[in-house]
Amino acid sequence: MDKQAPQVRPNRPNVLGSASTFSAALPFLALLLVGISFPLFGGGYWGVIATRACVYWVLVSGLNLVVGFGGQIAIGWVALLTLGAYTTSVLVAGNVTPALPPYLALAIAAAVGAVFGLIVGLPALRLRTFYFAITTLGFATIVTQVALAWQSVTGGGVGVAGPVFPEPFSSQWGFYYFCFGLAAICTWMTANIAASRFGRALTAIRDAEVAAEASGISKSALLGTVFLFSGAVAAVAGGLFASLQSYITPDAFTLDLSILFFIAILIGGRGSVLGPLLGTILLTVLPEFAAPLVAWSTFLYAVLLLVIVLAIPGGIAEILDFKNRRPLESDRAIVPRPDLLGPLLGAAPDAGTLTLEQVSLSFGGVQAIDGLDLEIRSGQVHGLIGPNGSGKTTTLNVISGYYAPKRGAIRLNGAPMPGHGLHRRAHMRIARTFQTPRIVGSASVLENVMIGGTIDGEGTFVESLLSLPRHRRDEAMLRDTAMLALAAVGLERLAPVRADRLQHSELRFTEIARALMLRPVFLLLDEPAAGLSAEEIGRLGAFIRAIAQAGTGVLVVEHHPDLIFDICHHVTVLNLGKILAAGTSAEIRAHREVVNAYLGA
Amino acid sequence: MVESIVSTGLAIGCIYALIAITYNVMFSASRVFSFTAGTLGMLGGVLGSLFIARMGLPVAVGFLLALVGGAVFGIVTEIVAVRPVLKSLDQHLYVLSTLALALMVQQFTAIEWSTEPQPFPRLFDIARGGFDQQFWLPMLACAAVIVGLELLYRRTLIGHAFLAIAEDNFAARALGLPERSLRMASFALAGVIGALAGFAGGEMLLAFFANAPMLTFYGFVPVALGGMGNNRGAVVAGLLLGLFQQAANFLVGGIFASVAVFAVFIIVLLARPEGLAGVTLPRRV
Repeated sequence: MDKQAPQVRPNRPNVLGSASTFSAALPFLALLLVGISFPLFGGGYWGVIATRACVYWVLVSGLNLVVGFGGQIAIGWVALLTLGAYTTSVLVAGNVTPALPPYLALAIAAAVGAVFGLIVGLPALRLRTFYFAITTLGFATIVTQVALAWQSVTGGGVGVAGPVFPEPFSSQWGFYYFCFGLAAICTWMTANIAASRFGRALTAIRDAEVAAEASGISKSALLGTVFLFSGAVAAVAGGLFASLQSYITPDAFTLDLSILFFIAILIGGRGSVLGPLLGTILLTVLPEFAAPLVAWSTFLYAVLLLVIVLAIPGGIAEILDFKNRRPLESDRAIVPRPDLLGPLLGAAPDAGTLTLEQVSLSFGGVQAIDGLDLEIRSGQVHGLIGPNGSGKTTTLNVISGYYAPKRGAIRLNGAPMPGHGLHRRAHMRIARTFQTPRIVGSASVLENVMIGGTIDGEGTFVESLLSLPRHRRDEAMLRDTAMLALAAVGLERLAPVRADRLQHSELRFTEIARALMLRPVFLLLDEPAAGLSAEEIGRLGAFIRAIAQAGTGVLVVEHHPDLIFDICHHVTVLNLGKILAAGTSAEIRAHREVVNAYLGA
Repeated sequence: MVESIVSTGLAIGCIYALIAITYNVMFSASRVFSFTAGTLGMLGGVLGSLFIARMGLPVAVGFLLALVGGAVFGIVTEIVAVRPVLKSLDQHLYVLSTLALALMVQQFTAIEWSTEPQPFPRLFDIARGGFDQQFWLPMLACAAVIVGLELLYRRTLIGHAFLAIAEDNFAARALGLPERSLRMASFALAGVIGALAGFAGGEMLLAFFANAPMLTFYGFVPVALGGMGNNRGAVVAGLLLGLFQQAANFLVGGIFASVAVFAVFIIVLLARPEGLAGVTLPRRV
């Protein structure tokens, strides 16, 4: 955007440099070589197995974004394979329309799949996990039943011939290379998404939904896009599957297949592309080595699923993650560098004032806040204190759009803010942290911080899919800004580390770094000092002061009176949802009622 | 025809309602929806047919053994698929662990029992009539379970303990209630109810492994529509579902009946995610 390039570049650890990009791509390159040269050592039947693995992967690669990254438990994705297979076959056979060329039919199937992917997926936006799982399961059953009943089009139980792709893809190896090529493209595209702001946003929705929304990520828009993509590739896989089978009946699309796709992702590990790819190959090939067990394959998949869930929830990807097994330094100190806030936040325009006027909110019979007036000015630190249950966090939640106030108004420079809509607050540059840090544990610290800047990316989903220049510019910008934010809070050495390996205090500073990515005009901190050592609290105080000096208005909810009186220009004391006292730090410190009710003698 | 729709619809509806209660009993004790609910129904039918038709045991013995089988599977579910993942309820791992267990039992049944539907024995040696035992048995079972649960929850100490656990797990534990044993007892109870559903509906549904996913889905519809944990809502929704499905079956044909049920389910849920009789819970920050 309009931010100048940061003047101060912190030392970047080399883990993110080109050497590591290469080592990350190495397994993919190896698989690519094996895939290309496969016809040299495998023949006949193995060619069919290899083709099948490619076809499955085309579907799984898309489903991986839904399940592995987005965390949506879509069990019945075989429905989209069925849909794609029948659409392609029926169009090529000419049962309803004049016979179409196979490529056109495949493209139409992709479009149909995209639409149905969206339809099957949409309930995920409204429903709880188990409900969504059941609806996808129900959909899978329905599609098969329709295929069976709609005889004039699908041939019913007798089935329909699959499409044959013209030369050079009509021979066995020709068709293999066609499928392999598509599988390779899908791998590349989903890996691009995985490494983009969209991939990170998906994992944020999965593991820290509230934080994702507070960072301005719209769950419905993002998941909708992913469902479109995933539905399209699943339908393409269906078309290929029909061609590979050469003849399809509804029996070919059992739920077992759906379970295979799903388990391939979980074995591989959530939030990885390589893991599910290996998982797909493993599950396709495994039954071939154990011919007597073929009848038991679904049973074995189920056992595998149970073992993974109970024993290794991280899957193959976690086992292969050697980098994060190296021990971290034990005595790490967080030393923030307030001097970096200038380049990070840029020259903040005077944002004016955020006002709450007579705001009230009740939950059932409990009056959480009652007629609250509050004024947060840019460039100042405003403290909000009070005993537990006095309405501090609720106030913060009202400001960040989590709850709509029952009465009263919130105004930004006099203009009323819409009552509801968490993710819209980020676009007004209002950022927040949480009482318990909301972090994506399986992502690196750097990626977590980059999530905070999601709305500043300019490229679209399709641009990221194809790794077009705008996507690469976004990524470079987000990475540089995030490194700067991490350097500012004093955590740049931990940038490549998995976030769930961090100490509590480090998570708090990570959250602040993530919030700073928004270049907030107002920053809401919910008990930032909880769980910090005295030394860390001192540094935190100085850092918050510096954030305000850079022009941001800060609201701090805290229980540490010393910190509050040290750093706040204004303090509001709440009790039972009402204002007990408000004034400058000095005034509050001397306020008799406050001392009696809250601070103690 | 109307008579046939009503008797079949109510009978099927009772089976759905019982599976829904199975879901609810497990949910109340653990906050977990388990994919094994339909599997329990399937097991009731298969075990009944195994003990009575194949092994030739007396009906009463076969009935008791089928219920014991359900209780055992309920307890196994709790130990294998629920307890290990309760610590991380927010990660929804239970969806996967219970699905895995349900699939294992379903596949095992398909391979070791039969992949084709097997006949279920007639329980009472009376002539087939208009209002046959295959219709009134599920209704009787449903009524017995409703009355039994009501008595259990209102009149007995262990019933009060169940309610306490369902209401507030932490508070109940703080009071010294043996939460783990109560949860296992709940799952055993759910197992009995699920097996009873399959056993009572055996003649209609037959002893067929694929009844498991069918009942898992149609048994969940009343849970979703009636509001989770709400048994009365589940019974009403279950009966309505049975009637609606049978009516659609006769009027537009079986396939489109399934499509209609599915469409209604989705539309109602999207309009009211908390169910027709449920209440919304505020999200927590």
